[in-house]
Amino acid sequence: MASETIAVRAAEAGRRTIAERLHDWVVTVDHKKLGILYMLYALCFLVIGGIEATIMRIQLVAPNNHFVSPEVFNQMFTMHGTTMIFFVAMPVLIGFGTYLIPLMIGARDMAFPRLNALSFWLTAFGGLLLYFSFIGGNGLYGAGGAPDVGWFAYAPLTSPPFSLGHSTDFWTLGLLVSGFGSIGAAVNFITTILCMRCPGMTFGKMPLLAWMNLVMGGMLILAISPLTAAQIMLSIDRYLGGHFFDTQAGGSAVLWMHFFWIFGHPEVYVLIIPAFAFASEIIPVFSRKPIFGYPVMVAATVCIGFVSLSVWAHHMFTVGMSSYANSFFTITTMAVGVPTGIKIFNWIGTMWGGKIQFKAPMLFCIGFLVQFLIAGLTGIMLAASPFDWQLGNSYFVVAHFHYVIVGGILFTIFGAFYYWLPKMSGRMYSETLAKWHFWLFLIGFHLTFDFMHIPGLLGMPRRIYTYEADRGWQVWNLIVTIGVFFQAAGVLAFVANLVWSLFKGDPAGSDPWDAWTLEWSTSSPPPEYDFARTPVVQSRRPLWDIKHPEDPDWKYE
Amino acid sequence: MSSAAFAEPTNQGQWTLPSRGRVGMISLIAAESAIFTIFVVAYIFYIGKSLSGPAPKDVLTVPIFATVCLLSSSLSIHLAVRALRDARVGIFGLLWFLTMALGAIFLIGTGLEWRRLIFHEGLTVRTNLFGTTYYSLVGLHAFHVTVGLLVIALVMAFTLLGKVTPKYAERLEVFSLYWHFVDAVWIVVFTVVYLVGR
Repeated sequence: MASETIAVRAAEAGRRTIAERLHDWVVTVDHKKLGILYMLYALCFLVIGGIEATIMRIQLVAPNNHFVSPEVFNQMFTMHGTTMIFFVAMPVLIGFGTYLIPLMIGARDMAFPRLNALSFWLTAFGGLLLYFSFIGGNGLYGAGGAPDVGWFAYAPLTSPPFSLGHSTDFWTLGLLVSGFGSIGAAVNFITTILCMRCPGMTFGKMPLLAWMNLVMGGMLILAISPLTAAQIMLSIDRYLGGHFFDTQAGGSAVLWMHFFWIFGHPEVYVLIIPAFAFASEIIPVFSRKPIFGYPVMVAATVCIGFVSLSVWAHHMFTVGMSSYANSFFTITTMAVGVPTGIKIFNWIGTMWGGKIQFKAPMLFCIGFLVQFLIAGLTGIMLAASPFDWQLGNSYFVVAHFHYVIVGGILFTIFGAFYYWLPKMSGRMYSETLAKWHFWLFLIGFHLTFDFMHIPGLLGMPRRIYTYEADRGWQVWNLIVTIGVFFQAAGVLAFVANLVWSLFKGDPAGSDPWDAWTLEWSTSSPPPEYDFARTPVVQSRRPLWDIKHPEDPDWKYE
Repeated sequence: MSSAAFAEPTNQGQWTLPSRGRVGMISLIAAESAIFTIFVVAYIFYIGKSLSGPAPKDVLTVPIFATVCLLSSSLSIHLAVRALRDARVGIFGLLWFLTMALGAIFLIGTGLEWRRLIFHEGLTVRTNLFGTTYYSLVGLHAFHVTVGLLVIALVMAFTLLGKVTPKYAERLEVFSLYWHFVDAVWIVVFTVVYLVGR
């Protein structure tokens, strides 16, 4: 009887029109659909942000170039930065969390499914609001356009006399609205992980992805809220004539910097901790070993969470703070390197002696390990305030943080896509195309961001729209721009692979990687209720226990 | 592999997890606290930095009555939820109405203070840094009181319609956390604005 009903339902599902299916996606409160919506939304913005980066690189390929005007160039770097952080990195990571957390902790949905939908649509609306500035930024004054104040929008550039029209207002409101979405997502993450774990899943047996997303949720709450407060203040300044950041009335431009970076630096860790989470799930599976040092991994994550809340002013060494402040922020910034280093050793320890399978997810994670280490080393260099005085606001800094965000975060995101795509779509990707993606992107990444350090050391400031021929920066900028096209080709291979796998990929089965966490115990794609019966776990690797009843993990934990 | 392969739950009786509503509300309160912290820091940072008058000590009077009302409402909402849990719905309705009235008195007090400051003392957001930070901080708090009052009024309406039963005590308790938070924030705002900053 029950199976007949299901068969009838399936037949009905086949007959539904496209409009009905789209309607399903718009009104859904299912964490899997919302997770996928987050990711698709982020991928669209990844392409948009990438086009903006390409426009900048074409402009800088040769000295005295006139590909775009200085005004457009300012808009491009502002929109590129804002888009990539708020509308690519955040939604894609929140999307993975939304999709994976309930599956990995054995729950049927997030704690607050409707809040989940609200968070997504707020984020989506925030992005549309930001991009509407290209049309609506003029306002009634006929001045303005897309925001052009840089992604950290220092005062007084944002004050009404310097930012006519509504360009800055679209930036403010876009981030405010998507910020509310992020806070909603963080509340949902924390509540889901604390209150929805399946029986037996104590804190010591939670997958590392859940642990790290818990820390990420806590940090989101503490990091996004200051930005929200600062954006409210900026709106009060711009619309009600307030003086928070108005130096002519006694306000302080430096206060905005503090408020922005109190958000801005923890934000980096908000982004990198889920990336750590992907690496911590992928590396053990493709090394065929359990994660090395699980408790230390958790402790290091929590430690990073705390310490990273007190490092923000290392973005402000060049502003001119007291020597005490400089010393404090130098020390805390370097201290963050310690738990991060522990993590890198743990991942290497996991791979050590393992039977490593060089599939696409693992390749991207190995790329991440090497590149993130280098990014951390240039980070330690910039953490020393005297060094930063020399190179602050130069292309060395730009190269450093792109090494973190592209070399670290984006690489693991690609790895995570290849790892969990079979679960989401039920079909395998093409390993050949994925290898093309990896190598093209790796070559492009290193051409662009390795060589970007050098013009920085030679004194090229960030955000300039062109430069003179006699500075010796020309050849480096040429190489950097060439790398961009390799990266673009890599992303093209990625998108082609996604589309190809949806239609032509081999059926994946429920557990293509012979993995150990709960999401692989249900079918691919999972049914709407995730698990027909709530699982019960006894160790960190519940599927290992089932596959190896003669030698289960819980005997040793 | 199907999830049926998992062992039957044996210790389900001992498997207890924290309440979702409570954890969610505490997370939200943490986020709100971070927002208020930034506004309080800005207020403290700008004390005495206005380039022109009026100064806080010239125009502010300490709103003792309104403060007493708001803080008492914390007690009344606590007793109201307890009454509801004990299924004394009549007492609950009375105490809930008292909470609403106390909150409303506080809000009216803020409104009257703003009216005086704007029309008699000529202090607006534009006037000076004090005006900007004062209206932002007190306004942010008043906004939270307003949101709380709207929820309280909604529950009051349901109470009058007889729809509030003891099974909702848990939800109202979660909401009461928010109300306690709004009161606690007022203690900070009151201290900073009317005691330290004046």
